[in-house]
Amino acid sequence: MNSWINLTALWQIVVVGLLAGAGLPALFAIGLRALSVRRRAAAAPAADSDAIVGGSVPGIVAATVCFLIVLAAIGWGIYAIYQAGHPK
Amino acid sequence: MNDVLLALVVVTALSFDFTNGFHDTGNAMATSIATKALNPRVAVGLSGALNLVGAFLSLTVAATIASGLVNTGLVTLTVVFAGLAGGIIWNLLTWLLGIPSSSSHALIGGIIGATIAAAGGHAVQWHDLFSKVIIPAGLSPVVAALVAATGTWLLYRISRGLTEGARSHGFRIGQIGSASMVSLAHGTNDAQKTMGIITLALIVNHSVPANASAPFWVILSCALAISLGTYMGGWRVIRTLGKGLVEIEAPQGMAAESASAAVILLSSHFGYSLSTTHVATGSIIGTGLGKKGAEVRWSVAGRMATAWLFTLPLAAVVGAGADALARGVGGDAGVIVDLIALLAVVAVIYLRSRQSRVGHDNVNAEWTGSVAPSVPAAEPATA
Repeated sequence: MNSWINLTALWQIVVVGLLAGAGLPALFAIGLRALSVRRRAAAAPAADSDAIVGGSVPGIVAATVCFLIVLAAIGWGIYAIYQAGHPK
Repeated sequence: MNDVLLALVVVTALSFDFTNGFHDTGNAMATSIATKALNPRVAVGLSGALNLVGAFLSLTVAATIASGLVNTGLVTLTVVFAGLAGGIIWNLLTWLLGIPSSSSHALIGGIIGATIAAAGGHAVQWHDLFSKVIIPAGLSPVVAALVAATGTWLLYRISRGLTEGARSHGFRIGQIGSASMVSLAHGTNDAQKTMGIITLALIVNHSVPANASAPFWVILSCALAISLGTYMGGWRVIRTLGKGLVEIEAPQGMAAESASAAVILLSSHFGYSLSTTHVATGSIIGTGLGKKGAEVRWSVAGRMATAWLFTLPLAAVVGAGADALARGVGGDAGVIVDLIALLAVVAVIYLRSRQSRVGHDNVNAEWTGSVAPSVPAAEPATA
């Protein structure tokens, strides 16, 4: 079976795939959730509102951290592709 | 006369690259178009531009497409041409039917079929074909579905506190990012294959030495061809992926495209040149499985799976037929005959497609069971 399927590569693709392909969007979602936190005194948004910024400052800070991590990961990924594609 | 034949092969290869472009636009953009995260024309424009960039990003030419799968010593320009013809015809046929199928497999199938017809089965490296192409093709949609299902489940759980509108709005923004990554990955992955084929043709014609890497004009022309094809937008395939398989919401779209981008990029890092179509479809089905209450239209998925199983062998049959026809007539006249036959098939398919036109204006119409929407194309598209 081993000369037909590279099991090492396969499980690495699955694990890193889950981390990057599911983990990064999840981090983005956490950022969205943090961003939507309202200031303590603010009223609940209308049910059909599509505003994504709630106004709470700690929420905005947390969201920014999440989004920056996601962007950094993507940037690192593109850099890694470029590196692998231009061997010295 | 050989240089004329070489020029013909190059033009045909670029044509294949073009069909590859519009066949695969949907892999990156179908979900964003379906959820209206992006306007259809903006989406294909963005995808075209990113494919162009991606094609330049990685320059290690995947000549394993041809040199790893067939014995290059037994390949002639006629074989390459016949293989490309097989790939083009299969790509156009599946496009007409709105079936997302693998352009890579169409190309590989065509080349293998032509090789077998010209040089016999022993010229094909069967073990490598299975371990590097066929088995990864079977595994990759499963892995993609797993990642996408997990992502979908996570996204819906994490965003439970958001209003429906905020969730759609936020994830649509995310979709733009993830769809862009897939376009980039696609340019990096797929333009390579045509570059490899053209380089192979140059090597076979002794225009470049045996270990040469792709000349810059090859890279540029392949990048432009795939980018242009992407921009033309295979609306029929986009429609099937975006509306026919699963009714997609923004979080699902983002989960699907992120899963696709991750699997494609990781696999090519490990040396597997995957079918972006198989991965994208697996992801979309995965998002249907990851969301409670989502409906997967298994009949559409079944038709796709059947098309996938038959792509390699049928493209091979067409490639073999093209090669046999060319060798039957003999010499350069044989290639001309092949070319005329190819152009005739292209014309027929194109004319047939006009009878049930799908364009940017009706790509999002309600799914009624077949790729061509039953409402007239005059239906105005909402932004």
